[in-house]
Amino acid sequence: MGDLLANAMPVQGLIGGLMIGTASAIMLLGLGRIAGVSGLAARAVGITVDGAPRPLSIAFVIGLPLGAALVAILVGPVEARFEQGLAALIIAGLVVGFGTRLGSGCTSGHGVCGMSRLSARSLVATATFMITGFATVAAMNALGLGQ
Amino acid sequence: MKRPIAFALIAGTLFGAGLAVSGMADPQRVRGFLDLFGTWDPTLAFVMGGALIPMAVAWRIQQRMPSPLAAERFTLPTARDLDPRLIGGAALFGIGWGVAGLCPGPAIAGLAIAPVPAAIFVTAMLGGMILHRLLPAAPAKPSKLETSHV
Repeated sequence: MGDLLANAMPVQGLIGGLMIGTASAIMLLGLGRIAGVSGLAARAVGITVDGAPRPLSIAFVIGLPLGAALVAILVGPVEARFEQGLAALIIAGLVVGFGTRLGSGCTSGHGVCGMSRLSARSLVATATFMITGFATVAAMNALGLGQ
Repeated sequence: MKRPIAFALIAGTLFGAGLAVSGMADPQRVRGFLDLFGTWDPTLAFVMGGALIPMAVAWRIQQRMPSPLAAERFTLPTARDLDPRLIGGAALFGIGWGVAGLCPGPAIAGLAIAPVPAAIFVTAMLGGMILHRLLPAAPAKPSKLETSHV
């Protein structure tokens, strides 16, 4: 276990996770909506007309970088190692955007909100993107495309 | 500021701060979690575990509330079917997540931390969403009876 946690941040992870879950609870109990970032982002920029009212979607989406900036200012530097090249970023972005719309959600909507609701769709979606995520990194490492 | 907007802005800000605190704004840490057969970094599991606790409580509270605090009614997903779109979409999303170590929340929050690469990813992500929008819609349900199990 010592080795396993050598590079991990269990305490920060748990605290940040509680913040994410509380934020999702505010969306649910305050506004009656799922805090699904892919859906709210699509609604905010006008890609879809479905979902939360547009002003609410825009406010939530603006809050994301605002919250990260507040942590950087008030707590200290936020690590963000972007080691993938331009092509990988663009291909991954396209696939994430297309996939999250097709699959009706991402890590927040299916992973946090749906799994805590014990939604079968969200449990299946989360298991699926975890498995293809693990497989993708393993395949990239095997092909020498990882770090 | 209108009350519902304040709720959404506070939720988004707390969500973004949580991503930054938890290390999830760092694509290499997320890829470390997905590197199950290499040097695995379990941090994301702690984040997910931490996030599920308040939400599990919130769903219990939601069942006892006639309406949300700042909206007329609850507007929640009702779909129950495990259709190919759900599974295919999730599978594709996982591939992109593995390639870059980015999902929509951390990518958008990352605009404040690493603006250039985050903006490239977010722009491509919105492009992918537009591509999906351009596809023909799912065929309509054959009958209301088939969806009445909700």
